[in-house]
Amino acid sequence: MRDLFAVIMLSGIYSLIAASLFITMDAADVAFTEAAVGAGVSTLLLLKTLALVDRHESTGPTRPGLAITVVIATGALLAYGTLDMHPFGETHTPSNDHIAAYYLENSIEDTGVPNVVTSILASYRGFDTLGELIVIFTAGIGVIVLLGQTGTSDSEIRPAMRQHLVLRVVSKILIPFIMLFAFYVQFHGEYGPGGGFQAGVIFASAVILYSILFGPEAARSVFSNATTRILAVSGVLLFACTGIVSMLKGKAFLDYSALAEDPVSGQLLGILLVELGVGITVAAVLIRVFLEFDERRWQPDDQRGQS
Amino acid sequence: MAETIVSFIAACLLLLGCLFCVTGAVGMIRFPNFFARVHATSVTDSLGAGLILIGLALLSDSATPVFKLLFILLFTLITAPTAVHALTKAAMHAGSHTASPIEELPASDEGGPSSKH
Amino acid sequence: MILGITIVAILAVMALAIFRAFIGPTLHDRILAVNLFGTKTVLLIAVFAFANDAMDLLDIAVVYALINFISVIGALQYFEERTEVEGRDG
Repeated sequence: MRDLFAVIMLSGIYSLIAASLFITMDAADVAFTEAAVGAGVSTLLLLKTLALVDRHESTGPTRPGLAITVVIATGALLAYGTLDMHPFGETHTPSNDHIAAYYLENSIEDTGVPNVVTSILASYRGFDTLGELIVIFTAGIGVIVLLGQTGTSDSEIRPAMRQHLVLRVVSKILIPFIMLFAFYVQFHGEYGPGGGFQAGVIFASAVILYSILFGPEAARSVFSNATTRILAVSGVLLFACTGIVSMLKGKAFLDYSALAEDPVSGQLLGILLVELGVGITVAAVLIRVFLEFDERRWQPDDQRGQS
Repeated sequence: MAETIVSFIAACLLLLGCLFCVTGAVGMIRFPNFFARVHATSVTDSLGAGLILIGLALLSDSATPVFKLLFILLFTLITAPTAVHALTKAAMHAGSHTASPIEELPASDEGGPSSKH
Repeated sequence: MILGITIVAILAVMALAIFRAFIGPTLHDRILAVNLFGTKTVLLIAVFAFANDAMDLLDIAVVYALINFISVIGALQYFEERTEVEGRDG
């Protein structure tokens, strides 16, 4: 299949099917993130990229034999490796017996947060989450450095979408509610599926919708380059400084029980701040990445290379 | 007793909603023309979704799922027709302003004669 | 049981939508089919949440309703801009 647009749509559907699979396994947080990121923002960013290149893939590799052999061999090795694993759903596996049982039993006493996924992500395995956040932040830096400040810009409503009056009015009404929903997901993430990553993605989707319909200049008047840069940085700083404050109060890095008099409220405060940091950075990075792509205009082949 | 009546009504609404959705999908497959397909799909889609969501809301025990389902219902009722409206407007501008279907490259021929206009 | 019938019906509609997405002769047919697939997925998640009595999953249905809308608008914008720059052969 050489039509890249069809490939993008199919990959969106694939993400959706993966999200449905996670739902059948009762993994609500993972399904949430997969639906929001894989079927939503990924598809939009890929479409933005596709707008800058040709729509059809040029002639593929003439001898795919080697690639196919490597793929099949790797897949066979991986499948062979899984033969040794415990059957799916068996109760007495090493991961279920020791560490998972500990988390499930002690999570609510240690951290006071009902959603075990959030407590593991933000408290028990806080270092991992800090690392992930820094990876997202680095991706944002990469896009800012590579795509830079150049690009055309026009200061009116994007001409192609000017005719869609109904769409613009409806979206203007909807965007505040989408942002409100993002805040709900952010702060309710301790009691139900949700948390910082998902909330950041939903917030970024609202701004992306605004940018699609009203043009990147309008979106930049709210989320200027400086704003997204400062927001992205402050999210990471919030996370890291929560850890440093814990150190300054005498305990280990990212040990939230030092943040308040009572260890459990310290954990609650720490998890809240950390998830907020994650949400802010994810939203800011995604908005900036999309706006950087959005500013570029597609030009036909004969005009490429000018501006 | 009241519970069985409510579940019965909910079951009826769910079945009716499924019927509308399936009818709309069959219409989307069988109609010869893009605009006919759009009409079949969007009308029955919104109605069927609404009925299914209201049926589910009647089946729930506590108040929170009802609010979430109403939110989904409101959101779907607002956004699905809007998206289809934008799509149809785009299709109309992309093709000529007749009822004939729009062609995509490479030129594929579209079956089904359009009606007299 | 009635929820089971509903799930089967929605899955049938999704299969028909994918079929139309593959064979739809014009581009807009395909976008329509993908939009239908998305709204049916929202319903599927909601019915599934009720069938398994896991009300937390309704949040995912809300998110997906949102994502579906934004994706269709994004795809539409891509084609409109491409058509506008290229002329009629979008």
